[in-house]
Amino acid sequence: MKFGIVVNEGPYTHQAADSAYQFTKAVLEKGHEVFRVFFYHDGVNNGTRLTVPPGDERDIQKNWTALAEEHKVDLVICIAAAQRRGILDANEAKRQGKDADNIAPGFRISGLGQLIEAGIEADRLVTFGD
Amino acid sequence: MSEAAGGGATSKKFLYVNRKAPYGTIYALESLEVVLIGAAFEQDVSLAFIDDGVFQLSKGQSTDAIGVKNFSPTYRALGDYEVTKLYVEKESLDERGLTLDDLMDVTYEDEDDDYEEKPSIRVVSRSELADIMAGQDVILSF
Repeated sequence: MKFGIVVNEGPYTHQAADSAYQFTKAVLEKGHEVFRVFFYHDGVNNGTRLTVPPGDERDIQKNWTALAEEHKVDLVICIAAAQRRGILDANEAKRQGKDADNIAPGFRISGLGQLIEAGIEADRLVTFGD
Repeated sequence: MSEAAGGGATSKKFLYVNRKAPYGTIYALESLEVVLIGAAFEQDVSLAFIDDGVFQLSKGQSTDAIGVKNFSPTYRALGDYEVTKLYVEKESLDERGLTLDDLMDVTYEDEDDDYEEKPSIRVVSRSELADIMAGQDVILSF
């Protein structure tokens, strides 16, 4: 089965990001396909490479990045939500005149159309949020 | 499912479920942003308003005192995007002391009926809404 995943909350404050990661991993390990993981609302904060969690805690961003590298999962951050919350790739930083970018490896920034497309293309669109 | 990849004539039923008050959190505004972008994809779109989400359609919203943009006029423009089915749960209205009269007039022009102006808001019971949800392909909950 082909899944689309939506992540609507940021890391650490809410369980949603962890649950989404664990679900996505389980789906892939069962041999299903993940069409895309779409990060919206505060969920975009999963994609900053500047988080520094304590060493004895899970690193949520690194977990996502590893999943993208191992399984070629498409991790997409909503551009409108990202701009409000300061998640930028190099191109966006340049375009907006900002002095740094912070997007983590394995993530890319794109539009809300990518969410709708995931709804159309996937057999099941599963949302993680509050 | 494979025919959907071509993006041709196939369309899915999308339901956007709005559960939160319009201000206080950003969910309502960012939900509306998805609806507007999604309208370009020519899917069968409906919106549902439940719990505090019914306040999103309140008449006479003013945000001057809280320094937040009043985005409520956008709901009235949904008809121009061919988003014409706004289901409001009756029990959620009742629980908050609201009636249809407390909500904005949201209308659309029915192109199949000589462009007659018709109300987009439909008050439905909790069990009717459950049936509507059961009939959807994609539900996005905000």
